Amino acid sequence: MAEATVHGSGQQLRDKHASAAVIQADAHQEHPIKLYLVVWGWLFVLSACSYLVDYIGLQGYLRWSLILLFMILKAGLIVAVFMHMAWERLAMVCAILLPPIAVLVFVAIMVFESDYTALTRMNFFSG
Amino acid sequence: MAETTTNFGISEAQPDGWRGIAADWSSDQRAFKNVSWGKAMMWIFLLSDTFIFGCFLLSYMTARMSTTVPWPNPSEVFGLHVAGVSVPLLLIAIMTFVLISSSGTMAMAVNYGYRRDRRKAAILMLLTAALGATFVGVQAFEWTKLIMEGVRPWGNPWGAEQFGASFFMITGFHGTHVTFGVIFLLIIARKVWRGDYDVGRRGFFTSRRGRYESVEIMGLYWHFVDLVWVFIFAFFYLW
Repeated sequence: MAEATVHGSGQQLRDKHASAAVIQADAHQEHPIKLYLVVWGWLFVLSACSYLVDYIGLQGYLRWSLILLFMILKAGLIVAVFMHMAWERLAMVCAILLPPIAVLVFVAIMVFESDYTALTRMNFFSG
Repeated sequence: MAETTTNFGISEAQPDGWRGIAADWSSDQRAFKNVSWGKAMMWIFLLSDTFIFGCFLLSYMTARMSTTVPWPNPSEVFGLHVAGVSVPLLLIAIMTFVLISSSGTMAMAVNYGYRRDRRKAAILMLLTAALGATFVGVQAFEWTKLIMEGVRPWGNPWGAEQFGASFFMITGFHGTHVTFGVIFLLIIARKVWRGDYDVGRRGFFTSRRGRYESVEIMGLYWHFVDLVWVFIFAFFYLW
């Protein structure tokens, strides 16, 4: 009996989800044009900034951190607004944005690996 | 026990063999509640493409970090002499702005598509395709210039030999993506212009009726190509 009621409420919950899904299925991504124009403008500004980093000739950590900053801001704006990720459900956002973390782990591994290779080469070529 | 293993608790005979595999995997389950299968599949394709470009940039990083020969200075390699003045990265700056402009026109095309303004949507898509073709054209010019100066996948006049291989691999793969995007854009723009999505005309390849969502899915691909360029611009040209 207890099992039956659990099953029953589970079924109701599923039905509720199903009807919510039906309502959301019709909603498509439509946003004011002004938003796109503002983001477009910012992309131009950020691109100009990252080009200026090279044009002015900044070097060292300041250069690298500015390049990364402008890159992340641009990528974020494109994914969030132009690709509408900001309005997607969290299940979708996680499914797409979390797996690339594996690439970052791979980057960390290869930084150690290439440091080791470089040291070995320097050692070998120095005689 | 049977109730816990099936979704519905019905004791109907389930199909076996290949039919059984298809029936089990296509049960009434859906992870992405308000996203159509077309959009979900495009996102998953883009995710796999992220790994491909991620690995290209990663191997470039490994080559550049582990070489004992100085890396050619991209600021000078990709510079142009205009009227006797050398401007660093001029071609690359032009390509960046062309691609960002095309991303903007694409976003507007998606918007007008959903507003059922097929004339504006199709024109904006054609404009996006034209900007994409311009990008590929400038890239072809850049490749020609570098090849004439002696850059090869196995060597170049300025430094580390891996420079050529990384450059041709990364920008070549990206340029191919842009080229296919232009073709994809022209096909969808023709459908929008003809009103296929209003009258429910069936597609020539899938025989399915399309919707204006196809424009948004096309847009996802195009914005991704722009997104990849953001990373290439930062890591290959500016670093």
